[in-house]
Amino acid sequence: MWTLIHKFGSPPWFYRFATTAIRWLLPIVLVALVAGCVWGLLYAPPDFRQGNSYRIIYIHVPAAVVALAGYYVMAFAGLVSLVWKIKMADTAMRAVAPVGAALTFIALVTGSIWGKPTWGAWWVWDARITSMLILLFLYLGVVALYEAYENQEVAAKACAVLSLVGTVNIPIIYKSVDWWYSLHQPASIKFTGESAIDASMLYPLLLNIGAFYALFALVVMMNMRAALLERHGNAAWLKEVLG
Amino acid sequence: MYFESLNAAWEMAGHGPFVWSAYGITLLVIGGLILIPHQRARQAEIALRAEGERESYTDAVARDAGDIDAS
Repeated sequence: MWTLIHKFGSPPWFYRFATTAIRWLLPIVLVALVAGCVWGLLYAPPDFRQGNSYRIIYIHVPAAVVALAGYYVMAFAGLVSLVWKIKMADTAMRAVAPVGAALTFIALVTGSIWGKPTWGAWWVWDARITSMLILLFLYLGVVALYEAYENQEVAAKACAVLSLVGTVNIPIIYKSVDWWYSLHQPASIKFTGESAIDASMLYPLLLNIGAFYALFALVVMMNMRAALLERHGNAAWLKEVLG
Repeated sequence: MYFESLNAAWEMAGHGPFVWSAYGITLLVIGGLILIPHQRARQAEIALRAEGERESYTDAVARDAGDIDAS
């Protein structure tokens, strides 16, 4: 674990790793996304109650799941940056924030579009939806906070604190559908016990969840690589790599 | 395919506008997520290469000037 953190903390090592990983991940992400979406849109059967509007699930759920998991990644990077002052952890935190914000935005917008034909409303101040909106503001807050400080070190510290404090929101989002009376349905996929969703609808969903995780990893690495190129322009290792 | 025709897939029994617009917006956001860092990295690479060439040119000029001085 320590060796891994140490390796990821080295800009030259990470730059080389990310360059190779991006080359492999990009086609995998594109193929998996297209396959998952076409499967969900055209081949999965309609829901017996919601009809075809449920097909939004194939982007709504993966985006929401990865947006939530991504917050833990950002908070962990924040912790590492705060405690061990590893600069790459700060770069990672900075790279995750816009991706998390975009995924949360997708989850909220697609959920809103799904809500109209299903609940009859574009938006309701429901516990799950409101806590997801707070998640969007937390991600955007980290992005904005970085821009607000001239001093990068102070910015990193402030962002790390904000992302760590924000982790309180994550279990609230997970549990919101159980704790409060909510319009939003509870989870259909369960790790233990049988899922409340048929296999013909479940497989494309699982494929797209995998595709969104891979997309998250891809874009975070692309952001970090771009940041390294911008920041380490004078480094000898980078000149060597670029030739 | 579940639908009988592409038209039926487009309309989705009235849910088409909702479903397709949700996918359209998602596609745009994902496209932006991938393209923005790609452009950032490309521009930084171009700037670094140009800087590298400028530096090697300045070095060469300085070397030439040194040669002339020495002679």
